[in-house]
Amino acid sequence: MASRSRGAADAAGERELLTAADVARTVARMAHQVIEKTSLDAPDAAQVVLLGIPTRGASLAVRLRDRITEFSGVRPPCGTLDVTLYRDDLRRRPTRPLEETSVPDGGIDDRLVVLVDDVLFSGRTIRAALDALRDHGRPRAVQLAVLVDRGHRELPIRADYVGKNVPTARAEDVVVRLDEVDGSDGVLVRGGKA
Amino acid sequence: MKHLLTTEGLSAAEATAVLDTADTLKQTLLGREVRKLPTLRGRTVLTMFYENSTRTRVSFEIAGKWMSADVVNVSASGSSVGKGESLRDTVLTLRAAGADCVIARHPASGAAHRLAEWLGSAGTSVVNAGDGTHEHPTQALLDAATLRERLGSLDGRRIGIVGDVLHSRVARSNVHLLATLGAEVVLIAPPTLLPYGATNWPVRVSYTLDAELPTLDAVMMLRVQAERMHGGFFPSAREYSINYGLSEARAALLPEHAVVLHPGPMLRGMEIASAVADSAQAAITEQVRNGVHVRMAVLYHLLAGEEGAA
Repeated sequence: MASRSRGAADAAGERELLTAADVARTVARMAHQVIEKTSLDAPDAAQVVLLGIPTRGASLAVRLRDRITEFSGVRPPCGTLDVTLYRDDLRRRPTRPLEETSVPDGGIDDRLVVLVDDVLFSGRTIRAALDALRDHGRPRAVQLAVLVDRGHRELPIRADYVGKNVPTARAEDVVVRLDEVDGSDGVLVRGGKA
Repeated sequence: MKHLLTTEGLSAAEATAVLDTADTLKQTLLGREVRKLPTLRGRTVLTMFYENSTRTRVSFEIAGKWMSADVVNVSASGSSVGKGESLRDTVLTLRAAGADCVIARHPASGAAHRLAEWLGSAGTSVVNAGDGTHEHPTQALLDAATLRERLGSLDGRRIGIVGDVLHSRVARSNVHLLATLGAEVVLIAPPTLLPYGATNWPVRVSYTLDAELPTLDAVMMLRVQAERMHGGFFPSAREYSINYGLSEARAALLPEHAVVLHPGPMLRGMEIASAVADSAQAAITEQVRNGVHVRMAVLYHLLAGEEGAA
């Protein structure tokens, strides 16, 4: 990791939002917030299920689960929820490959489901996820955790746990890199304004 | 993909993409309360069957309905075909009525190709659900899905296709698909039931079943298609069954891990013994179950993407 200078634009028009260490700290903070808000270590608390949206949301969900287990001693079940079949933009793009869906044993009925994704943008992915959840059962409540909220919502959706709020231009790309998928951790903003 | 007409010419990447989608769909729907996906909402799928069928038509209909498409069944009897309407006029009528996809079975080889030509590259997709003795690509895809599930991978596996290869569209589609996916295909049949062109296929030909069975990873038994046989292809049903039927004694020659497939409908006692068809080695009901997921995957690849995107 050579460039540690956060916010400094390099030649390719990229700026680093979060370093690998920031990502680890942010996930740890979100884990504490989930524990606090759901009080999942209380004896009468609702059972929490983490569902990550592939690809990077699924990796984040596993990390969040591990931190929650470390801090609270409670190990919530963790799964993945692919929303491709529920998207509203299928006919605007070439055919997308499907990702894995694995709902933990015990299902989601009457559980507190925390959806986990890397970037919250238009909100359409989360809309699709809510529809997908409905076909898997009836959770007691659904919450949303995202590593980056970059604004530009097109639907009335908000996150319950946000790693970092990042004001962006619509034309910019927010790139989340995670070790499990990309070989290293970090968040970049790319392109957009000159 | 715009149309699915043959497995000949289908690339390994395209075939694998469909099979992977089918696997994921199967996983996704496993144990779910609501076995319905909204993906093809508002799309209209027509099945047009000029030949009898149970499993293909039903599984396409279920596949379409589970993807939330509107599925309409047209059969040759009971439609204007009985009044003498041509195939071309019928399919253009169905397009005009709003079909996004036509799934066609026809007794003439090449019928699906003609339909695709008439419909062109824009608008309505065509899926070949069996054209004469030519191809039946979704059957080959579901066979491949079943074999992948049982054997892990098709690469380097040896698959025997046994029986009436001459009249079998299932055999033709499987020969091309299985070879594309890296399997070694052996056709095992009496010389009278092998087509002339078979030597140009990526296969090996054998006339003795007993010699091949011990080395096969899977054996696919074909139905003897009496309705397409005009002439003597073998002396008697009994002799055929003795030489090429998968009896219990013969099934014992197979390696323990080998899979027995049959595209159905089965003639128990003719090409396959009842006990073998119902044994744990047989994957015949799995084939039907996978047929639904494979056909959902085919509809997904044909209809879900951007219009005009290949």
